[in-house]
Amino acid sequence: MNAALIIIFATIILSAFLGIYAGRRVKMNLENWTVGGRKFGIIIIWLLMAGEIYTTFTFLGASGWAYSKGAPTFYILIYGALAYTVSFFVLPALWKVGKRYGLHTQPDFFIKRYDSRYLGVFVALIGVVCIIPYLQLQLKGLGLIVQVASNGAVHPQIAIGISFVLTCAFVYTSGIKGTAWVAVVKDILMILAVFIVGIGVPYIYFGGFGKMFKTLIEQKPDYLVFPGAVPEMDVLWIMSTLLVMGFGFYMWPHVFGSAFSARSARIIKRNAVIMPFYQIPILLIFMVGFTALLVIPGLEDGDMAFLALVNKTYPSWFMGFVGAAGAVTAMVPSAILVLFASTLLAKNVCQTGFRPRMSEEKVMTLSRFMVLVIMTFALIFAIFLPNELVPLLIFGYNGVSQFFPGVVLGLFWKRVARTGVFCGLIAGVTVVLILILSKNDPFLGMNAGFVGLAVNSVITVLVSLKTKPSNGGIK
Amino acid sequence: MGKGTKLALILGAIPFITLVFALPLVNRIEPVILGLPFLLFWILSWVILTPLILFLAYRLEKKFNPPEEED
Repeated sequence: MNAALIIIFATIILSAFLGIYAGRRVKMNLENWTVGGRKFGIIIIWLLMAGEIYTTFTFLGASGWAYSKGAPTFYILIYGALAYTVSFFVLPALWKVGKRYGLHTQPDFFIKRYDSRYLGVFVALIGVVCIIPYLQLQLKGLGLIVQVASNGAVHPQIAIGISFVLTCAFVYTSGIKGTAWVAVVKDILMILAVFIVGIGVPYIYFGGFGKMFKTLIEQKPDYLVFPGAVPEMDVLWIMSTLLVMGFGFYMWPHVFGSAFSARSARIIKRNAVIMPFYQIPILLIFMVGFTALLVIPGLEDGDMAFLALVNKTYPSWFMGFVGAAGAVTAMVPSAILVLFASTLLAKNVCQTGFRPRMSEEKVMTLSRFMVLVIMTFALIFAIFLPNELVPLLIFGYNGVSQFFPGVVLGLFWKRVARTGVFCGLIAGVTVVLILILSKNDPFLGMNAGFVGLAVNSVITVLVSLKTKPSNGGIK
Repeated sequence: MGKGTKLALILGAIPFITLVFALPLVNRIEPVILGLPFLLFWILSWVILTPLILFLAYRLEKKFNPPEEED
Protein backbone atom coordinates (compact mmCIF):
# COMPACT_ATOMS: atom_id res chain seq x y z
CA MET A 1 0.00 0.00 0.00
CA ASN A 2 1.47 3.37 -0.94
CA ALA A 3 1.36 6.63 0.99
CA ALA A 4 -1.30 8.18 -1.26
CA LEU A 5 -3.71 5.34 -0.57
CA ILE A 6 -3.22 5.51 3.19
CA ILE A 7 -3.87 9.26 3.17
CA ILE A 8 -7.03 8.93 1.07
CA PHE A 9 -8.61 6.13 3.07
CA ALA A 10 -7.61 7.48 6.47
CA THR A 11 -9.21 10.81 5.55
CA ILE A 12 -12.53 9.49 4.30
CA ILE A 13 -12.91 7.02 7.17
CA LEU A 14 -12.07 9.63 9.82
CA SER A 15 -14.47 12.12 8.20
CA ALA A 16 -17.28 9.59 8.25
CA PHE A 17 -16.65 8.81 11.93
CA LEU A 18 -16.67 12.51 12.70
CA GLY A 19 -20.04 12.72 10.95
CA ILE A 20 -21.46 9.83 12.94
CA TYR A 21 -20.02 11.22 16.19
CA ALA A 22 -21.72 14.58 15.51
CA GLY A 23 -25.14 13.01 15.92
CA ARG A 24 -24.55 11.47 19.35
CA ARG A 25 -26.91 12.57 22.10
CA VAL A 26 -29.19 14.30 19.57
CA LYS A 27 -32.66 12.80 19.61
CA MET A 28 -33.30 12.26 15.93
CA ASN A 29 -36.65 13.55 14.79
CA LEU A 30 -37.44 15.03 11.39
CA GLU A 31 -36.78 18.59 12.58
CA ASN A 32 -33.29 17.71 13.86
CA TRP A 33 -32.44 15.41 10.99
CA THR A 34 -33.32 17.77 8.10
CA VAL A 35 -32.96 21.30 9.45
CA GLY A 36 -30.76 20.78 12.53
CA GLY A 37 -33.53 21.95 14.86
CA ARG A 38 -33.21 25.45 13.29
CA LYS A 39 -30.29 26.15 15.62
CA PHE A 40 -27.38 26.72 13.26
CA GLY A 41 -25.27 29.86 13.70
CA ILE A 42 -23.49 31.86 11.05
CA ILE A 43 -20.28 29.79 10.83
CA ILE A 44 -21.94 26.43 10.47
CA ILE A 45 -24.46 27.80 7.93
CA TRP A 46 -21.58 29.25 5.94
CA LEU A 47 -19.74 25.93 5.95
CA LEU A 48 -22.86 24.03 5.02
CA MET A 49 -23.71 26.27 2.10
CA ALA A 50 -20.11 26.23 0.99
CA GLY A 51 -20.35 22.45 1.17
CA GLU A 52 -23.13 22.63 -1.37
CA ILE A 53 -21.34 24.98 -3.74
CA TYR A 54 -17.90 23.43 -3.87
CA THR A 55 -18.53 20.03 -5.40
CA THR A 56 -16.32 17.76 -7.46
CA PHE A 57 -17.72 19.64 -10.42
CA THR A 58 -16.09 22.83 -9.19
CA PHE A 59 -12.82 21.03 -8.59
CA LEU A 60 -12.61 19.15 -11.89
CA GLY A 61 -15.12 21.10 -14.00
CA ALA A 62 -13.88 24.67 -13.46
CA SER A 63 -10.32 23.69 -14.36
CA GLY A 64 -11.58 21.34 -17.09
CA TRP A 65 -13.61 24.09 -18.75
CA ALA A 66 -10.69 26.53 -18.55
CA TYR A 67 -8.59 23.86 -20.23
CA SER A 68 -11.00 22.80 -22.98
CA LYS A 69 -13.30 25.84 -23.44
CA GLY A 70 -11.50 28.89 -22.04
CA ALA A 71 -13.46 32.01 -21.02
CA PRO A 72 -16.93 30.37 -20.72
CA THR A 73 -15.58 28.83 -17.48
CA PHE A 74 -15.68 32.34 -15.94
CA TYR A 75 -19.41 31.91 -15.37
CA ILE A 76 -18.51 29.58 -12.46
CA LEU A 77 -16.78 32.50 -10.71
CA ILE A 78 -19.69 34.88 -11.35
CA TYR A 79 -22.97 33.07 -10.71
CA GLY A 80 -22.39 32.65 -6.98
CA ALA A 81 -22.11 36.41 -6.45
CA LEU A 82 -25.47 36.82 -8.22
CA ALA A 83 -27.10 33.97 -6.31
CA TYR A 84 -26.02 35.38 -2.92
CA THR A 85 -27.35 38.79 -3.91
CA VAL A 86 -30.73 37.21 -4.69
CA SER A 87 -30.61 35.28 -1.41
CA PHE A 88 -29.99 38.49 0.54
CA PHE A 89 -33.45 39.69 -0.50
CA VAL A 90 -35.42 36.44 -0.73
CA LEU A 91 -34.17 34.04 1.96
CA PRO A 92 -34.95 36.02 5.13
CA ALA A 93 -38.63 36.23 4.13
CA LEU A 94 -38.59 32.52 3.37
CA TRP A 95 -36.97 31.72 6.72
CA LYS A 96 -39.72 33.62 8.56
CA VAL A 97 -42.47 31.68 6.77
CA GLY A 98 -40.58 28.43 7.45
CA LYS A 99 -40.26 29.21 11.13
CA ARG A 100 -43.88 30.29 11.56
CA TYR A 101 -45.35 27.18 9.92
CA GLY A 102 -42.67 24.62 10.79
CA LEU A 103 -41.66 23.95 7.18
CA HIS A 104 -38.80 21.53 6.40
CA THR A 105 -38.66 21.30 2.64
CA GLN A 106 -39.28 23.23 -0.56
CA PRO A 107 -42.58 21.45 -1.41
CA ASP A 108 -43.75 22.24 2.16
CA PHE A 109 -43.57 25.89 1.13
CA PHE A 110 -45.62 25.35 -2.04
CA ILE A 111 -48.20 23.27 -0.16
CA LYS A 112 -48.62 25.94 2.52
CA ARG A 113 -48.51 29.01 0.30
CA TYR A 114 -50.76 27.70 -2.48
CA ASP A 115 -52.86 25.37 -0.33
CA SER A 116 -52.38 22.49 -2.76
CA ARG A 117 -51.11 18.98 -2.03
CA TYR A 118 -50.79 18.17 -5.72
CA LEU A 119 -48.54 21.16 -6.36
CA GLY A 120 -46.38 19.90 -3.49
CA VAL A 121 -46.08 16.39 -4.93
CA PHE A 122 -45.31 17.82 -8.39
CA VAL A 123 -42.57 20.11 -7.03
CA ALA A 124 -41.09 17.23 -5.00
CA LEU A 125 -40.92 14.95 -8.03
CA ILE A 126 -39.22 17.58 -10.22
CA GLY A 127 -36.76 18.16 -7.37
CA VAL A 128 -35.85 14.48 -7.07
CA VAL A 129 -35.48 14.06 -10.84
CA CYS A 130 -33.04 17.00 -10.85
CA ILE A 131 -31.06 15.77 -7.81
CA ILE A 132 -30.35 12.17 -8.80
CA PRO A 133 -28.08 12.92 -11.81
CA TYR A 134 -26.11 15.33 -9.60
CA LEU A 135 -25.66 12.65 -7.00
CA GLN A 136 -24.47 10.23 -9.65
CA LEU A 137 -22.04 12.85 -10.96
CA GLN A 138 -20.52 13.21 -7.48
CA LEU A 139 -20.02 9.46 -7.13
CA LYS A 140 -18.53 9.20 -10.61
CA GLY A 141 -16.16 12.11 -9.91
CA LEU A 142 -15.10 10.51 -6.65
CA GLY A 143 -14.25 7.22 -8.36
CA LEU A 144 -12.18 9.05 -10.95
CA ILE A 145 -10.28 11.13 -8.38
CA VAL A 146 -9.37 8.17 -6.18
CA GLN A 147 -8.33 6.10 -9.21
CA VAL A 148 -5.99 8.77 -10.52
CA ALA A 149 -4.69 9.74 -7.07
CA SER A 150 -3.82 6.16 -6.22
CA ASN A 151 -2.08 5.85 -9.58
CA GLY A 152 -4.56 3.24 -10.76
CA ALA A 153 -4.17 1.04 -7.65
CA VAL A 154 -7.83 1.49 -6.62
CA HIS A 155 -10.52 0.68 -9.14
CA PRO A 156 -13.12 3.51 -9.28
CA GLN A 157 -15.94 1.10 -8.42
CA ILE A 158 -14.22 0.11 -5.17
CA ALA A 159 -13.70 3.76 -4.20
CA ILE A 160 -17.35 4.54 -5.04
CA GLY A 161 -18.50 1.52 -3.03
CA ILE A 162 -16.53 2.41 0.10
CA SER A 163 -17.53 6.06 0.13
CA PHE A 164 -21.13 5.02 -0.56
CA VAL A 165 -21.23 2.95 2.63
CA LEU A 166 -19.53 5.68 4.70
CA THR A 167 -21.75 8.48 3.40
CA CYS A 168 -24.92 6.46 4.01
CA ALA A 169 -23.71 5.76 7.56
CA PHE A 170 -23.27 9.36 8.63
CA VAL A 171 -26.34 10.68 6.83
CA TYR A 172 -28.46 7.89 8.31
CA THR A 173 -27.29 8.44 11.87
CA SER A 174 -26.62 12.18 12.10
CA GLY A 175 -28.56 13.88 9.29
CA ILE A 176 -27.72 17.48 8.49
CA LYS A 177 -25.57 17.98 11.59
CA GLY A 178 -23.22 15.13 10.69
CA THR A 179 -22.95 16.55 7.19
CA ALA A 180 -22.08 19.99 8.53
CA TRP A 181 -19.25 18.52 10.62
CA VAL A 182 -17.80 16.61 7.68
CA ALA A 183 -18.09 19.83 5.67
CA VAL A 184 -15.57 21.42 8.04
CA VAL A 185 -12.95 18.79 7.18
CA LYS A 186 -13.79 19.07 3.52
CA ASP A 187 -13.45 22.84 3.41
CA ILE A 188 -10.07 22.85 5.13
CA LEU A 189 -8.60 20.16 2.85
CA MET A 190 -10.13 21.62 -0.28
CA ILE A 191 -8.99 25.20 0.36
CA LEU A 192 -5.47 24.00 1.21
CA ALA A 193 -5.28 21.90 -1.95
CA VAL A 194 -6.61 24.70 -4.15
CA PHE A 195 -4.25 27.31 -2.71
CA ILE A 196 -1.16 25.11 -2.90
CA VAL A 197 -1.82 23.92 -6.45
CA GLY A 198 -3.40 27.14 -7.75
CA ILE A 199 -0.52 29.34 -6.64
CA GLY A 200 2.07 26.59 -7.10
CA VAL A 201 1.71 25.43 -10.70
CA PRO A 202 1.77 28.84 -12.47
CA TYR A 203 4.82 29.68 -10.35
CA ILE A 204 6.64 26.38 -11.00
CA TYR A 205 6.16 26.44 -14.78
CA PHE A 206 6.12 30.17 -15.56
CA GLY A 207 7.40 32.01 -12.48
CA GLY A 208 4.00 33.51 -11.59
CA PHE A 209 0.42 33.85 -12.87
CA GLY A 210 1.18 37.14 -14.68
CA LYS A 211 3.79 35.45 -16.83
CA MET A 212 1.50 32.47 -17.34
CA PHE A 213 -1.22 34.78 -18.70
CA LYS A 214 1.38 36.57 -20.83
CA THR A 215 2.28 33.26 -22.48
CA LEU A 216 -1.40 32.39 -22.87
CA ILE A 217 -2.14 35.77 -24.52
CA GLU A 218 0.71 35.12 -26.97
CA GLN A 219 -0.24 31.53 -27.76
CA LYS A 220 -4.02 31.21 -27.34
CA PRO A 221 -5.59 34.69 -26.95
CA ASP A 222 -9.03 33.35 -27.99
CA TYR A 223 -9.26 31.40 -24.74
CA LEU A 224 -9.40 34.58 -22.67
CA VAL A 225 -12.51 36.26 -24.10
CA PHE A 226 -16.00 34.95 -24.86
CA PRO A 227 -16.81 32.64 -26.60
CA GLY A 228 -13.44 31.01 -25.91
CA ALA A 229 -12.89 27.81 -27.89
CA VAL A 230 -16.63 27.06 -28.27
CA PRO A 231 -18.48 29.35 -30.72
CA GLU A 232 -21.96 28.44 -29.37
CA MET A 233 -21.07 29.78 -25.91
CA ASP A 234 -20.97 33.43 -26.89
CA VAL A 235 -21.65 36.34 -24.58
CA LEU A 236 -25.46 36.03 -24.91
CA TRP A 237 -25.24 32.41 -23.76
CA ILE A 238 -23.07 33.46 -20.82
CA MET A 239 -25.50 36.22 -19.81
CA SER A 240 -28.61 34.04 -20.01
CA THR A 241 -26.85 31.18 -18.19
CA LEU A 242 -25.77 33.55 -15.43
CA LEU A 243 -29.35 34.75 -14.92
CA VAL A 244 -30.70 31.19 -14.80
CA MET A 245 -28.06 30.12 -12.31
CA GLY A 246 -28.23 33.30 -10.23
CA PHE A 247 -32.00 32.90 -9.85
CA GLY A 248 -31.92 29.09 -9.83
CA PHE A 249 -29.18 28.37 -7.31
CA TYR A 250 -31.33 28.76 -4.21
CA MET A 251 -34.14 26.85 -5.91
CA TRP A 252 -32.25 23.56 -5.53
CA PRO A 253 -34.26 21.66 -2.92
CA HIS A 254 -31.19 21.14 -0.73
CA VAL A 255 -29.98 24.74 -0.91
CA PHE A 256 -33.51 26.01 -0.31
CA GLY A 257 -33.75 23.67 2.69
CA SER A 258 -30.52 24.90 4.23
CA ALA A 259 -32.17 28.31 4.63
CA PHE A 260 -34.46 26.71 7.22
CA SER A 261 -31.54 25.49 9.35
CA ALA A 262 -30.46 28.98 10.44
CA ARG A 263 -31.18 30.28 13.94
CA SER A 264 -32.56 33.61 12.67
CA ALA A 265 -33.34 35.60 9.54
CA ARG A 266 -30.53 37.98 10.40
CA ILE A 267 -27.99 35.13 10.25
CA ILE A 268 -29.13 34.34 6.73
CA LYS A 269 -28.74 37.95 5.69
CA ARG A 270 -25.25 38.20 7.15
CA ASN A 271 -24.37 34.89 5.54
CA ALA A 272 -25.37 36.30 2.13
CA VAL A 273 -22.94 39.16 2.74
CA ILE A 274 -19.91 36.95 3.42
CA MET A 275 -20.66 34.16 0.92
CA PRO A 276 -19.14 35.81 -2.19
CA PHE A 277 -15.69 35.62 -0.55
CA TYR A 278 -15.99 31.90 -0.96
CA GLN A 279 -15.95 32.35 -4.74
CA ILE A 280 -12.45 33.77 -4.90
CA PRO A 281 -10.52 30.44 -4.73
CA ILE A 282 -12.27 29.50 -8.00
CA LEU A 283 -9.89 31.94 -9.67
CA LEU A 284 -7.03 29.70 -8.55
CA ILE A 285 -8.76 26.66 -10.04
CA PHE A 286 -8.89 28.53 -13.39
CA MET A 287 -5.14 29.14 -13.09
CA VAL A 288 -4.57 25.39 -12.82
CA GLY A 289 -6.69 24.75 -15.93
CA PHE A 290 -4.92 27.45 -17.96
CA THR A 291 -1.47 26.27 -16.85
CA ALA A 292 -2.40 22.72 -17.85
CA LEU A 293 -3.50 24.03 -21.26
CA LEU A 294 0.02 25.34 -21.85
CA VAL A 295 2.00 22.58 -20.14
CA ILE A 296 0.10 19.39 -21.02
CA PRO A 297 -2.04 20.21 -24.08
CA GLY A 298 -4.03 17.54 -25.91
CA LEU A 299 -5.65 15.65 -23.01
CA GLU A 300 -8.62 13.69 -24.27
CA ASP A 301 -10.79 14.53 -21.25
CA GLY A 302 -10.44 18.16 -20.14
CA ASP A 303 -11.91 17.34 -16.73
CA MET A 304 -8.73 15.40 -15.97
CA ALA A 305 -6.56 18.52 -16.40
CA PHE A 306 -6.34 19.34 -12.67
CA LEU A 307 -5.37 15.82 -11.58
CA ALA A 308 -3.03 15.23 -14.53
CA LEU A 309 -1.11 18.42 -13.82
CA VAL A 310 -0.82 17.65 -10.10
CA ASN A 311 0.39 14.17 -10.96
CA LYS A 312 3.06 15.57 -13.26
CA THR A 313 4.20 18.26 -10.82
CA TYR A 314 4.04 16.93 -7.25
CA PRO A 315 5.23 13.83 -5.33
CA SER A 316 2.77 10.97 -4.92
CA TRP A 317 1.95 11.61 -1.23
CA PHE A 318 0.72 15.07 -2.26
CA MET A 319 -1.41 13.46 -4.93
CA GLY A 320 -2.87 11.39 -2.09
CA PHE A 321 -3.70 14.58 -0.24
CA VAL A 322 -5.44 16.04 -3.30
CA GLY A 323 -7.25 12.74 -3.76
CA ALA A 324 -8.43 12.81 -0.15
CA ALA A 325 -9.64 16.40 -0.52
CA GLY A 326 -11.41 15.46 -3.74
CA ALA A 327 -13.05 12.40 -2.22
CA VAL A 328 -14.43 14.30 0.79
CA THR A 329 -15.49 17.06 -1.60
CA ALA A 330 -17.67 14.50 -3.35
CA MET A 331 -19.00 12.97 -0.11
CA VAL A 332 -20.35 16.17 1.45
CA PRO A 333 -22.54 17.28 -1.48
CA SER A 334 -23.62 13.64 -1.94
CA ALA A 335 -24.74 13.56 1.67
CA ILE A 336 -26.69 16.80 1.36
CA LEU A 337 -28.27 15.78 -1.94
CA VAL A 338 -29.37 12.37 -0.70
CA LEU A 339 -30.63 13.79 2.61
CA PHE A 340 -32.95 16.19 0.85
CA ALA A 341 -34.02 13.85 -1.95
CA SER A 342 -35.01 11.21 0.62
CA THR A 343 -36.96 13.72 2.71
CA LEU A 344 -38.77 14.92 -0.43
CA LEU A 345 -39.79 11.38 -1.34
CA ALA A 346 -40.84 10.35 2.16
CA LYS A 347 -42.52 13.56 3.31
CA ASN A 348 -43.77 15.24 0.16
CA VAL A 349 -44.51 12.32 -2.13
CA CYS A 350 -45.53 9.46 0.19
CA GLN A 351 -47.00 11.39 3.12
CA THR A 352 -48.46 14.39 1.27
CA GLY A 353 -49.58 12.47 -1.80
CA PHE A 354 -50.83 9.17 -0.41
CA ARG A 355 -50.85 8.93 3.40
CA PRO A 356 -51.65 12.35 4.89
CA ARG A 357 -52.13 10.79 8.33
CA MET A 358 -48.71 9.12 8.50
CA SER A 359 -47.04 9.95 11.84
CA GLU A 360 -43.90 12.09 12.08
CA GLU A 361 -41.86 9.09 13.32
CA LYS A 362 -42.96 6.99 10.36
CA VAL A 363 -41.92 9.77 7.94
CA MET A 364 -38.55 9.91 9.66
CA THR A 365 -38.07 6.12 9.39
CA LEU A 366 -39.14 6.20 5.76
CA SER A 367 -36.75 9.10 5.00
CA ARG A 368 -33.84 7.10 6.41
CA PHE A 369 -34.85 4.08 4.37
CA MET A 370 -35.04 6.29 1.26
CA VAL A 371 -31.40 7.35 1.84
CA LEU A 372 -30.40 3.76 1.13
CA VAL A 373 -32.77 3.44 -1.84
CA ILE A 374 -31.64 6.64 -3.57
CA MET A 375 -27.94 6.04 -2.91
CA THR A 376 -28.22 2.52 -4.31
CA PHE A 377 -29.98 3.90 -7.36
CA ALA A 378 -27.26 6.50 -7.93
CA LEU A 379 -24.57 3.87 -7.30
CA ILE A 380 -26.02 1.58 -9.97
CA PHE A 381 -26.12 4.43 -12.47
CA ALA A 382 -22.59 5.57 -11.57
CA ILE A 383 -21.15 2.08 -12.06
CA PHE A 384 -23.18 0.53 -14.86
CA LEU A 385 -24.71 3.42 -16.84
CA PRO A 386 -22.26 6.28 -16.33
CA ASN A 387 -23.48 8.33 -19.32
CA GLU A 388 -27.21 7.65 -19.35
CA LEU A 389 -28.10 10.58 -17.12
CA VAL A 390 -26.17 13.30 -18.96
CA PRO A 391 -29.31 14.89 -20.53
CA LEU A 392 -30.91 14.94 -17.07
CA LEU A 393 -27.84 16.68 -15.71
CA ILE A 394 -28.28 19.46 -18.25
CA PHE A 395 -31.95 19.55 -17.29
CA GLY A 396 -31.10 19.84 -13.56
CA TYR A 397 -30.25 23.53 -13.18
CA ASN A 398 -32.73 24.61 -15.82
CA GLY A 399 -35.41 22.48 -14.18
CA VAL A 400 -35.05 23.74 -10.60
CA SER A 401 -34.81 27.37 -11.72
CA GLN A 402 -38.44 27.01 -12.87
CA PHE A 403 -39.47 27.15 -9.17
CA PHE A 404 -38.26 30.75 -8.98
CA PRO A 405 -41.50 32.57 -9.97
CA GLY A 406 -43.59 30.38 -7.64
CA VAL A 407 -41.28 31.06 -4.69
CA VAL A 408 -40.52 34.75 -5.15
CA LEU A 409 -43.99 35.84 -6.25
CA GLY A 410 -45.42 33.60 -3.54
CA LEU A 411 -43.44 35.49 -0.90
CA PHE A 412 -43.92 39.04 -2.15
CA TRP A 413 -47.09 39.22 -4.27
CA LYS A 414 -50.47 38.40 -2.71
CA ARG A 415 -52.21 38.08 -6.07
CA VAL A 416 -50.25 35.07 -7.39
CA ALA A 417 -52.47 31.98 -7.50
CA ARG A 418 -52.20 28.20 -7.50
CA THR A 419 -53.40 27.70 -11.09
CA GLY A 420 -50.95 30.33 -12.34
CA VAL A 421 -47.99 28.66 -10.65
CA PHE A 422 -49.06 25.22 -11.87
CA CYS A 423 -49.44 26.41 -15.49
CA GLY A 424 -46.21 28.41 -15.41
CA LEU A 425 -44.22 25.52 -13.96
CA ILE A 426 -45.57 23.00 -16.50
CA ALA A 427 -44.94 25.42 -19.38
CA GLY A 428 -41.40 26.23 -18.21
CA VAL A 429 -40.38 22.61 -17.69
CA THR A 430 -41.92 21.59 -21.03
CA VAL A 431 -40.10 24.35 -22.94
CA VAL A 432 -36.79 23.35 -21.34
CA LEU A 433 -37.30 19.64 -22.08
CA ILE A 434 -38.31 20.25 -25.70
CA LEU A 435 -35.34 22.54 -26.34
CA ILE A 436 -32.84 20.10 -24.76
CA LEU A 437 -34.26 16.94 -26.37
CA SER A 438 -34.58 18.53 -29.83
CA LYS A 439 -30.97 19.75 -29.50
CA ASN A 440 -32.02 23.40 -29.65
CA ASP A 441 -30.03 24.38 -26.55
CA PRO A 442 -28.72 27.08 -26.90
CA PHE A 443 -31.85 28.57 -28.48
CA LEU A 444 -31.12 31.74 -30.52
CA GLY A 445 -27.86 31.92 -28.56
CA MET A 446 -29.63 31.78 -25.19
CA ASN A 447 -29.59 29.11 -22.49
CA ALA A 448 -32.72 26.88 -22.73
CA GLY A 449 -33.42 27.32 -19.02
CA PHE A 450 -33.61 31.08 -19.52
CA VAL A 451 -36.16 30.70 -22.32
CA GLY A 452 -38.19 28.37 -20.07
CA LEU A 453 -37.98 30.79 -17.15
CA ALA A 454 -39.19 33.69 -19.30
CA VAL A 455 -42.19 31.71 -20.60
CA ASN A 456 -42.89 30.42 -17.09
CA SER A 457 -42.87 33.90 -15.49
CA VAL A 458 -45.19 35.42 -18.11
CA ILE A 459 -47.68 32.55 -17.83
CA THR A 460 -47.59 32.54 -14.02
CA VAL A 461 -48.41 36.25 -13.88
CA LEU A 462 -51.07 36.25 -16.64
CA VAL A 463 -52.94 33.19 -15.38
CA SER A 464 -52.79 34.48 -11.78
CA LEU A 465 -54.36 37.77 -12.87
CA LYS A 466 -57.21 35.90 -14.59
CA THR A 467 -58.00 33.52 -11.70
CA LYS A 468 -59.16 33.84 -8.11
CA PRO A 469 -56.28 34.38 -5.66
CA SER A 470 -55.50 31.34 -3.52
CA ASN A 471 -53.69 32.53 -0.47
CA GLY A 472 -54.66 29.57 1.64
CA GLY A 473 -51.78 29.10 4.00
CA ILE A 474 -49.96 32.32 4.59
CA LYS A 475 -51.22 35.26 6.68
CA MET B 1 -41.59 49.05 1.28
CA GLY B 2 -39.26 50.83 3.70
CA LYS B 3 -36.67 53.36 2.56
CA GLY B 4 -33.91 50.98 3.68
CA THR B 5 -35.27 48.14 1.53
CA LYS B 6 -35.47 50.46 -1.50
CA LEU B 7 -31.87 51.58 -1.10
CA ALA B 8 -30.78 47.97 -0.58
CA LEU B 9 -32.54 46.90 -3.79
CA ILE B 10 -30.78 49.61 -5.77
CA LEU B 11 -27.44 48.39 -4.40
CA GLY B 12 -28.46 44.79 -5.13
CA ALA B 13 -28.87 45.68 -8.81
CA ILE B 14 -25.16 46.58 -9.11
CA PRO B 15 -23.77 42.99 -9.31
CA PHE B 16 -26.36 42.19 -12.00
CA ILE B 17 -25.44 45.26 -14.05
CA THR B 18 -21.68 44.79 -13.79
CA LEU B 19 -21.44 41.00 -13.90
CA VAL B 20 -24.19 40.24 -16.44
CA PHE B 21 -25.34 43.17 -18.55
CA ALA B 22 -21.94 44.87 -18.87
CA LEU B 23 -20.17 41.72 -20.09
CA PRO B 24 -20.43 42.52 -23.85
CA LEU B 25 -18.65 45.82 -23.17
CA VAL B 26 -15.73 44.32 -21.24
CA ASN B 27 -15.11 41.24 -23.40
CA ARG B 28 -11.47 42.07 -24.20
CA ILE B 29 -7.91 41.12 -23.24
CA GLU B 30 -6.28 44.57 -23.17
CA PRO B 31 -5.46 46.35 -20.93
CA VAL B 32 -3.82 43.64 -18.84
CA ILE B 33 -4.14 44.74 -15.19
CA LEU B 34 -2.17 43.14 -12.32
CA GLY B 35 -1.23 40.36 -14.73
CA LEU B 36 -4.88 39.51 -15.48
CA PRO B 37 -6.55 39.89 -18.89
CA PHE B 38 -9.12 42.71 -18.67
CA LEU B 39 -12.24 40.48 -18.79
CA LEU B 40 -11.03 38.34 -15.90
CA PHE B 41 -9.84 41.40 -13.96
CA TRP B 42 -13.28 43.02 -14.33
CA ILE B 43 -15.11 39.88 -13.21
CA LEU B 44 -12.82 39.29 -10.24
CA SER B 45 -13.06 42.91 -9.08
CA TRP B 46 -16.86 42.87 -8.99
CA VAL B 47 -16.99 39.44 -7.35
CA ILE B 48 -14.78 40.87 -4.59
CA LEU B 49 -16.83 44.08 -4.39
CA THR B 50 -20.18 42.24 -4.13
CA PRO B 51 -19.84 41.36 -0.41
CA LEU B 52 -18.94 44.99 0.31
CA ILE B 53 -22.01 46.18 -1.61
CA LEU B 54 -24.22 43.73 0.28
CA PHE B 55 -22.67 44.81 3.58
CA LEU B 56 -23.59 48.41 2.77
CA ALA B 57 -27.13 47.26 1.87
CA TYR B 58 -27.33 45.44 5.21
CA ARG B 59 -26.28 48.56 7.13
CA LEU B 60 -28.72 50.79 5.22
CA GLU B 61 -31.61 48.42 5.87
CA LYS B 62 -30.75 48.35 9.55
CA LYS B 63 -30.51 52.13 9.69
CA PHE B 64 -33.67 53.07 7.81
CA ASN B 65 -36.08 50.21 8.44
CA PRO B 66 -38.02 50.08 11.70
CA PRO B 67 -36.40 47.44 13.96
CA GLU B 68 -39.47 45.13 14.16
CA GLU B 69 -39.23 44.42 10.45
CA GLU B 70 -35.82 42.87 11.06
CA ASP B 71 -35.37 39.68 12.99
